[in-house]
Amino acid sequence: MPEPTETPPAVGADDWEPKIVAFFCNWCTYLAADLAGTSRMKYASNTRVIRVMCSGRVDPQFVLEALAHGADGVLIGGCHPGDCHYQSGNYKALRRFRLLKRMLIGLGVEEERIRLEWISAAEADKLRDVINEMAAQVKALGPAHLETPPEDWAAGFEVEAEAEVEGVTV
Amino acid sequence: MNRAGTDGNGQPKIGVYVCHCGTNIAATVDVEAVAEYAATLPGVAVAKTYKYMCSDPGQELIKADIQAGGLDRVVVAACSPSLHEATFRRATAAGGINPYYFHMVSIRELDSWVHTDVVEATAKAKDLIRAAVHRVRFHKPLERSRVDINPAVMVVGGGIAGIHAALTLANAGKHVYLVEREPSIGGHMAQFDKTFPTLDCAACILTPKMTDVGSHPNITLWTMAEVDKVDGYVGNYKVKVRHKPRFIIEDACVGCMECIEVCVFRRGKTPDEFNLGLSMRKPIYIPFPQAVPQVVVIDQESCIEFRTGRCKKTCVEVCADRNAIDFTQTETFDEVEVGAIVLATGFKTFDPRRAPAYGYGVYDNVYTSMEVERLVNASGPTEGHVTLRDGRTPQTVGIVHCVGSRDVNSNVYCSRVCCMYSLKLAHLLKEKTGAEVYNFYIDIRAPGKGMEEFYNRVAEEGVHFIRGKVADVYPEAGNTGRVVLQAEDTLMSRVRKIPVDMVVLATGLEAQVDAEEVRRTFNITCGGGGFFMERHPKLAPVSTFTDGIFLAGACQGPKDIPDTVAQAGAAAAEALALVDKGFVEMEPNTAYVVTEECSGCKTCIPLCPYTAITRVDGKAQINPVLCKGCGTCVAACPSGSIRQNLFEDEEIYEEILGVLADA
Repeated sequence: MPEPTETPPAVGADDWEPKIVAFFCNWCTYLAADLAGTSRMKYASNTRVIRVMCSGRVDPQFVLEALAHGADGVLIGGCHPGDCHYQSGNYKALRRFRLLKRMLIGLGVEEERIRLEWISAAEADKLRDVINEMAAQVKALGPAHLETPPEDWAAGFEVEAEAEVEGVTV
Repeated sequence: MNRAGTDGNGQPKIGVYVCHCGTNIAATVDVEAVAEYAATLPGVAVAKTYKYMCSDPGQELIKADIQAGGLDRVVVAACSPSLHEATFRRATAAGGINPYYFHMVSIRELDSWVHTDVVEATAKAKDLIRAAVHRVRFHKPLERSRVDINPAVMVVGGGIAGIHAALTLANAGKHVYLVEREPSIGGHMAQFDKTFPTLDCAACILTPKMTDVGSHPNITLWTMAEVDKVDGYVGNYKVKVRHKPRFIIEDACVGCMECIEVCVFRRGKTPDEFNLGLSMRKPIYIPFPQAVPQVVVIDQESCIEFRTGRCKKTCVEVCADRNAIDFTQTETFDEVEVGAIVLATGFKTFDPRRAPAYGYGVYDNVYTSMEVERLVNASGPTEGHVTLRDGRTPQTVGIVHCVGSRDVNSNVYCSRVCCMYSLKLAHLLKEKTGAEVYNFYIDIRAPGKGMEEFYNRVAEEGVHFIRGKVADVYPEAGNTGRVVLQAEDTLMSRVRKIPVDMVVLATGLEAQVDAEEVRRTFNITCGGGGFFMERHPKLAPVSTFTDGIFLAGACQGPKDIPDTVAQAGAAAAEALALVDKGFVEMEPNTAYVVTEECSGCKTCIPLCPYTAITRVDGKAQINPVLCKGCGTCVAACPSGSIRQNLFEDEEIYEEILGVLADA
């Protein structure tokens, strides 16, 4: 993991572009991306797509790993409910996503940074709009900086430890 | 999670190949800079660019570098893997290493085609290639497994597309189940009079083929049947077919039609579906004289016996010891196994009531083109005499093109057939009535063999062409029974108001009402307009994204009869190529259990939609034949003991690190 060498750009700075990692299922959203390509649609260039067979393959760890290595947002794309190529993988993805999102929000990650969308193979326009919208939202939020722990990250433990000594539940 | 510390394979030698794709990629991505960058990545032994990697010399490049340069991993950055992944795997294998030591990066569909800024697109290409280089180090050699194929094929839909596909397959010696939901096969084509541009009679071409279907030893024809459920996978589909009651025992009926004759209804009172309501039929009827099978059908809605239970049942009497009528029939089901399925479910025509300006359903003498097909047809309700609803023979006819096509208010696409069938109807109406015929068109589209010639012929016959979209249809003053067509003639730059006796609306083609349900049943995709989506418009025009399911005819998009038949032949050939091989090779992206690491927690078992996971001796076990490789269990396994070939955790983690590492 390279250490950040420059001063992090200010929130919403114009010359800063977010990095978004996307996990697209092979049968719907990845094909929508192909269709957007063959239709020569234009969208924000800061999304990096990783293909998986099914959105059900997206382990929450993948999302955490991406955020921990400098992603400013993570997008998961799957087939619409009822349309999963594997019958129900997208429902599993949804279940995990809801839990993960709740946890990340609890940890202070803005909810716009993680997104799950159902995009069918025919919905290239939706794909374009989702990517553009998410890119703009994440850009407005600024860098996630989850790859570097905040300087005072250990302070919380100290407070907790002190509280424990005093017999107070934190 | 299972992050591998090493690749377990020493230091691999990776070859990276960046495709220009002519200028498709090279115009937006600085391919040379990308290759130069790729060469600096750890493990990369060679990085090259080539104009067309998919071409023979491009593939040769890979082979030669593997053989001479000792490469053991290959990355190609080019178009989408759905296009050429298989091509480059073959090239990799031809070079002498396992085809799964290859990874493909899409820098065309995912990059050069969707971005305009060269700097941004180039940076993105570098990121994606870096991810692939990271990932490919962890690739393992894999083998494709073989599964036997059931040689039978199901064809869904008995229009000309389904008929042609079924006959092609049956003639090749394969058993075909042809499923049609109407009481007879034939589809829309059976309703047409003549076909453009040759003007040969539709029935003369179609009915012999229908008869062949009915009598072919290799075809099981199921009419009044629909597919209820599809299970299984390529080569081994299990299809459940629902048979709607016909109230006639098909094998016992000889098609003598005496029952129709003696029905207590002296005359028909139900609008005849085949004649689009232009004539009436009885509750017991045969859809049309050339119907296949030649078996009558009872309509439960209008039959007295069904409505009151107190009919004299003259039909049963006359049928006598043939005993073909059975009022107690109910829905039944059949389950069959097939290796491939051809979908030929056709289209529906646009309902012009949705475009109220044309006055359909308001003015009696406004007809749809399908109704006119029946009116000009010698076996139609008027025996081919063009008689209007008010009894007159038209002296002037206006044909309105593009009704429900090329219109932002209905369908934006061109329905492809309307111009030509409008010309055909213009010719037939003029021939039969001597009427003056006015075509109101946006553009005349006459591509294809003999089409432009046909247009010229009809124009020379004196049919009028007015370039303008009809804006309004209203009754002529003075109760003449005529209507006025108002349009702006864009060639003369003035508004034309032409009174006509008869209006023909050239209605466009739309996807079937239940295309969405059918799509779900067969696990395929709908594209624009609700038509079924082909796997690739040029490389796989009759395949779908679900292996073993093929498309034929207008269910894939509007098309005329020659194109439909050509496509049906192609779909049959593709299905034949699949089932005739006897086995199918499965993508080795299945999940597997590292037994030593499995805690036996059973989390995975209920997650699998294919019940491929069982617990044996306290450990999970995956049946590779049942596993289809979605990876849902892999993501859920708490101990990380389930892995997925081609999508191993470490491969995906490496991709994540790869796209995020700075260039």
